[in-house]
Amino acid sequence: MNEIKTVDTRGLSCPQPAMLTRQAIQKLDNGTLEVLVDSGTARENVSRLAKNAGWAVTMEEQPEGSCRIVLKK
Amino acid sequence: MERVEDAGVYQLTDDLALIQTVDFLTPIVDDPFAYGQIAAANSLSDVYAMGGKPLTAMNIVCFPVQTMDLSILKEILQGGLEKMREAEVVLMGGHSVDDQELKYGLSVTGTIHPKKVLRKENARTGDRLILTKPIGTGIISTALKAELAGKEAADHIVKSMSTLNRKASEVMQGIGVHACTDITGFGLLGHAAEMVEGTEIGMVIYADSVPVFPEAKDLAAMGMIPGGLYRNRDYRKSMVEIGPGVNECLADILFDPQTSGGLLISVSEDKALRLIDRLHEAGVTEAAVIGEVVGSLKGRIVVESAQ
Repeated sequence: MNEIKTVDTRGLSCPQPAMLTRQAIQKLDNGTLEVLVDSGTARENVSRLAKNAGWAVTMEEQPEGSCRIVLKK
Repeated sequence: MERVEDAGVYQLTDDLALIQTVDFLTPIVDDPFAYGQIAAANSLSDVYAMGGKPLTAMNIVCFPVQTMDLSILKEILQGGLEKMREAEVVLMGGHSVDDQELKYGLSVTGTIHPKKVLRKENARTGDRLILTKPIGTGIISTALKAELAGKEAADHIVKSMSTLNRKASEVMQGIGVHACTDITGFGLLGHAAEMVEGTEIGMVIYADSVPVFPEAKDLAAMGMIPGGLYRNRDYRKSMVEIGPGVNECLADILFDPQTSGGLLISVSEDKALRLIDRLHEAGVTEAAVIGEVVGSLKGRIVVESAQ
């Protein structure tokens, strides 16, 4: 079993969540990546970035307003 | 005045009114001199948007005296002063307070003819819409924070944000236009929405004709989008329709919050091309026709793609 890499951007403000996700997908190239976000802006920016880089995006709502974004390529 | 205008106008006599405005900003670029220039240009812009002539200004400063060197403040004020000189505005004084977060701007006083005040309303069916500066400064500043935008992109936005709207204002006053506002925090579509909200007119915006900084589209696709853009978009959701074929990133840029943005001018169709020519001759080279005012969309805006 491959371990899923996680990028935890909770508590970080824009543009850091998109920036960290970008670094992670560049390193990973393909596979599965999990990104944790806690703001609407980060949610939109991370999914925008990933979609434009050719990754499939699914979102799972988490308690306390945060969100788990799963990226697959 | 029925709606919130860019500046306050107080009539003194039949042919003379005072025009007053105040605005200040947190730093948008690292260079203190450029920040001072941008903040001053941004503060003066409200007077230009209404067709007024700024005469005097006062500095407003919030500065972290404990943690930041005073030489930085000096450079900021010099940048501001340079723009005031260019605008032929006299600096009368100012006020500063100790604050953890740096802020700078101006309160500006000028004069305007009471019958020649250009308001946001008063655009008419058939008018053409002209924008005088490119948009995308919010996205590029966000990317600069992430170190994803290069020096060239930074230079583009600094040059544009520090450019006074003075020439654009003088040219439009010379030709005679119906309405005007300046593009700042609500983004192009947010400010356009203010011009048609609750009126009998609407707008069609030609997405592909809007001048945009060349780097902005790719940076938007990388998620370098400021939170203010999403707030602007959500706030005007019910008034704005993005037509089929409009690129998603371009549609977003139309809501990008701008600092010291250009003028959005509504001018009759027969004067529009002359206005564009005169603006280009005066050095406002990015000015373009970006849409038209229509009677069929009451209080609404439709964004169309040429493709």
